[in-house]
Amino acid sequence: MSTLAAKRNRLAYAYLSPAMFIMALVIAYPFVYNVVISFSNMNLTHFRDWRLIGLRNYWLVVTDYSFWYFFFKTVLWTVLNLVFHVGIGVFLAILLDKDLRGKTIYRTLLILPWAVPQYITALTWRGMFNSEYGAVNLLLEKLFHTQVLWLSSEWGAFAACLITNIWLGFPFMMIIALGGLQSIPNELYEAAEIDGATAWQKFRNITVPLLRPVMVPAIILGVIWTFNNFNVVWLVSNGGEPSDKTHILVSWVYKSAFTYFRFGYAAAFSMIIFLILFIFSWRFIKKTQVVENIYG
Amino acid sequence: MARHKQLTTKGKIITHAILIAFTLFAIFPVVRVISISLRPGNRLLSRSLAIIPQGATLESYVTLFFQTPFLRWMANSLVVSLLVTIVGVGLAITAGYAFSRFKFRGRKASLLAIITTQMFPVTMLLLPLFIMLIKLHLYDSFGGLIITYSATALPFTIWQMKGYYDTIPFSLEEAAMIDGASPLYTFVRIILPLALPAIAITALFSFMTAWSEYLVAAVLIQNTDLFTLPLGLKSFQANMEVAWGLYSAGAVVVSLPVVVIFILASRYLISGLTLGSVKG
Repeated sequence: MSTLAAKRNRLAYAYLSPAMFIMALVIAYPFVYNVVISFSNMNLTHFRDWRLIGLRNYWLVVTDYSFWYFFFKTVLWTVLNLVFHVGIGVFLAILLDKDLRGKTIYRTLLILPWAVPQYITALTWRGMFNSEYGAVNLLLEKLFHTQVLWLSSEWGAFAACLITNIWLGFPFMMIIALGGLQSIPNELYEAAEIDGATAWQKFRNITVPLLRPVMVPAIILGVIWTFNNFNVVWLVSNGGEPSDKTHILVSWVYKSAFTYFRFGYAAAFSMIIFLILFIFSWRFIKKTQVVENIYG
Repeated sequence: MARHKQLTTKGKIITHAILIAFTLFAIFPVVRVISISLRPGNRLLSRSLAIIPQGATLESYVTLFFQTPFLRWMANSLVVSLLVTIVGVGLAITAGYAFSRFKFRGRKASLLAIITTQMFPVTMLLLPLFIMLIKLHLYDSFGGLIITYSATALPFTIWQMKGYYDTIPFSLEEAAMIDGASPLYTFVRIILPLALPAIAITALFSFMTAWSEYLVAAVLIQNTDLFTLPLGLKSFQANMEVAWGLYSAGAVVVSLPVVVIFILASRYLISGLTLGSVKG
């Protein structure tokens, strides 16, 4: 029996080894290297003759005002996006779950934003937010006789990034919610109707609790993706315009790494972002016990 | 028919109105890009909101194909994306199988480590890779790009393949084993053909990862001859007044095949995504 187990073990490792080799090369090794750099003074002038300097980079990051400022912006960014993604997604899923003519057409058109490559979405919306020729201001002018300076003011640019990301993110939540709704047995609603439940009571006591186990993993993923969503912020604001104000943590660290070449500092910064997400996710996962569901 | 899914006439009208409003929001940018790509050169900066522009023409597409390096970028992107697809599928179908069928030492730890990689900010791996590739003189080559893309797509695709294998009954392998088939034969001839839908999704996902990736390419590729499509289209934007039409035409050409495939595959994608969570 034990030789059989050992044989199966070896077989498992054989199937795993190609993927593990590549992941060790491109994920594990760079990760360890990043940890080392984060304790070093590596930058453009000390590219080859770097030395370890302990926790100085970490100290520099957390004592910098801009870290806390962009941390606040990142949290705001993540919360607002998730509220809209989940809100719009679940709302549309409930409508699409009704008996309605033309449902398939609506569904197909509504997932369009998810299908378009992300960088194209971002570059296109940047064009649409152009204050003079962009479609957004042209529409606002026509409908409300007003214009907004989207890309040249700090919160205008933030709003522009937010609208872009809401556009591309709601279909994912909609599809997940739709899958969840379809798995709720009809009998539950029928029983509730016999008991004279109102539409709101049915939503509150049947739909919400049964949708939760499906939505929670999607929301955790959504938080991680949004917190780290480099593409939209970077491409819509063209690298943080105006004057490096439109950043979230990940785009700011990118700028320190590849525009200012502060390698040690950027590596420490990446570690801090990772730790924030890591602590958040595990607390959340523990509390909601999704891992058991996923690996069960 | 379920009663709670039925709507009154008034409810139907309101529901349609809301759905139409959101659908317009969803398709507006797409329609807008198509419209701009059809504008004649002297009207690029028009402030019109018309869907079909005055004097609509395919001029931008002709210029794009014959007077810019667009076809070269497309060839680069195709080569990179196809190689990533082959490498990515090969790695995910084997690793996913191991996670689904075997209880081995370090299984749970590896699965957790794989999820954890999703929390890395992109710079976490990109910065060390950038430094490593410079030191290895592999900077500015497709090799670095292909390996990086394959590895970034892997966590998701391994997970997705594992979820699908989990739905294939184990008795199939046992039956094959009793008939004397080798484990490799069973995997290749019995399990893989059954897993074709999941393999298709894995291939699609790997391809799209490489086809649509901007950031890693922006760091690892400087040579304009090696530009992939995202780098090329972004370079139009530097000169948006002139290149707005070119950019829009390029965006349409690049997105069209991906969007069509995505929508055709969406049914499978959805079941793949919800499988893991609904099951629990």
